Amino acid sequence: MDIELFFQQLANAISLGSLYALIAIGYTMVYGILRLINFAHGEIFMFGTYIAFYAMTSFLLPWGGAFLIAIVLTVIFGLLVERAAYKPLRNSPRMSVMISAIGTSFLIQNLAIVIFGGRPKSFPVPDLFNTVIHLGNISIVSITFITPIITAIVLVFLLYIVDKTKTGMAMRAVSKDYEAARLMGIDVNWVITITFGIGSGLAAIGGIMWGLKYPSLLPMMGLMPGLKCFIAAVIGGIGNIRGAVVGGFLLGLIEIMLIAALPALTGYRDAFAFVLLIVILLIKPTGIMGKNIAEKV
Amino acid sequence: MLRVEDLNVHYGGIHALRGISLNVEKGKIISLIGANGAGKSTTLRAIMGLEKPSKGKIIYEDKDITNKATKEIVKSNLVLVPEGRRVFTNLTVKENLVLGAYLRKNQESIDQDMQWVFDLFPILKDRQQQKAGTMSGGEQQMLAVGRALMTKPKLLMMDEPSLGLAPLIVKNIFEIIKKINQEGVTILLIEQNAKASLEISDYAYVLETGQVFMKGKGLDLLNNEEVKNAYLGT
Ligand SMILES: Nc1ncnc2c1ncn2[C@@H]1O[C@H](COP(=O)(O)OP(=O)(O)O)[C@@H](O)[C@H]1O
Ligand SMILES: [Mg+2]
Repeated sequence: MDIELFFQQLANAISLGSLYALIAIGYTMVYGILRLINFAHGEIFMFGTYIAFYAMTSFLLPWGGAFLIAIVLTVIFGLLVERAAYKPLRNSPRMSVMISAIGTSFLIQNLAIVIFGGRPKSFPVPDLFNTVIHLGNISIVSITFITPIITAIVLVFLLYIVDKTKTGMAMRAVSKDYEAARLMGIDVNWVITITFGIGSGLAAIGGIMWGLKYPSLLPMMGLMPGLKCFIAAVIGGIGNIRGAVVGGFLLGLIEIMLIAALPALTGYRDAFAFVLLIVILLIKPTGIMGKNIAEKV
Repeated sequence: MLRVEDLNVHYGGIHALRGISLNVEKGKIISLIGANGAGKSTTLRAIMGLEKPSKGKIIYEDKDITNKATKEIVKSNLVLVPEGRRVFTNLTVKENLVLGAYLRKNQESIDQDMQWVFDLFPILKDRQQQKAGTMSGGEQQMLAVGRALMTKPKLLMMDEPSLGLAPLIVKNIFEIIKKINQEGVTILLIEQNAKASLEISDYAYVLETGQVFMKGKGLDLLNNEEVKNAYLGT
């Protein structure tokens, strides 16, 4: 691989990795609070992309407004999913909640086929995101730059909330011990709502950028990114936001670089994630940033 | 200040509390003693709204709080230091204390109480930035008490604060309980260490299989033959 191709691919890898990171954060935050793999996360992501699509094509909104509305509606949608599929099972065994999550995921996929239609829709890409930028001999589409920038902004904002604000402290407390949190007067259901809302909002942002990058929408489009980002979250250490970012970038980097170096493997593109998952689970089951603080008595 | 009337709690088919009645007077130290499984923890948990009573009433400062949400109960300055400390091990000492004041708005008064907690437990001041999970059992217990004090309690309930701690630290904890009480906080205390708790209690209840088996002034129970045989091991 020559040096120009390398930089070209590096840019692609960072871009894809940051997209994975954004979606992986949603998995990891919800897991941190509910100890639940939200299998419907990929469908929430898909929902966000379709809403942005319809807002631009059917309602002819300018892209800024369309994206904003898509994010807001997706947050509401995520909260409804939580209310309908998870909240009633708050005191049920973990297995029941997981089955509910898988069922919800299938339900949304199939409803999407009925409502949005099974044929691919073409996502309109505004010029801003579709401009080719030339740097020497490298040419890169602007969305490739914009994605990591948006991700960085969102991440700084998110880490500020989680690390510095009282709400973030409450989120971390709830993730450790529901009951002790309640004894401080924290409304656990409210914290869960906020967490789901943030996770869904990130899924919507991820979905929109996905649409700008791969502008062909399908009701099943959430499935593979959903699985991969779940893997990214596990690789990084599920429950850990920084871990999800590391996992997302690692996955994007390895995926792009392997294909670039060995084009013959392109057909196995989606399989790398699973191989990486198995390797990490064998070496460090708690994930790269996962740690077990010894609890002293 | 707190009156519990005919409290009954079921865990599925287990009838854990069978009509407990208690009275906690303002400014006093009251203790609940009794063997393992007698229902002491369940009583305090029901008062905090963590368990739903199947029957009975809980009256706090002339208000019925029987089926109130825990949040509302904490807001009315009633707080529990739970069994096993349950500090947030993934948060720093300072963050644990800040969360104690989660429902409070007046920053000036929060800062004052933070200072009060640091005066009571100087170790917490030195360890502010340390993760709570890296502290020893005794230090975590102090943090659990400090965190509860940050809610600005009028009535502080503690579930076995001395459990599993070295004798010297236990002594320290009991002294601090007395000190907190002298500063105007009413205390409802569960203890395995019956002797030490009866010594500092104004009044005490002995629980057995979910019922009040005996009650009386701390010193009277301390000298009572039955209590001596069953709980003081003499
Ligand atoms: N979560 C629970 N589920 C079922 N039974 C419980 C639960 N908690 C306590 N119990 C039962 O209730 C009774 C009282 O327990 P507890 O209040 O913890 O006693 P104590 O604090 O005095 O040791 C015991 O018989 C105990 O086994
Ligand atoms: Mg107990």
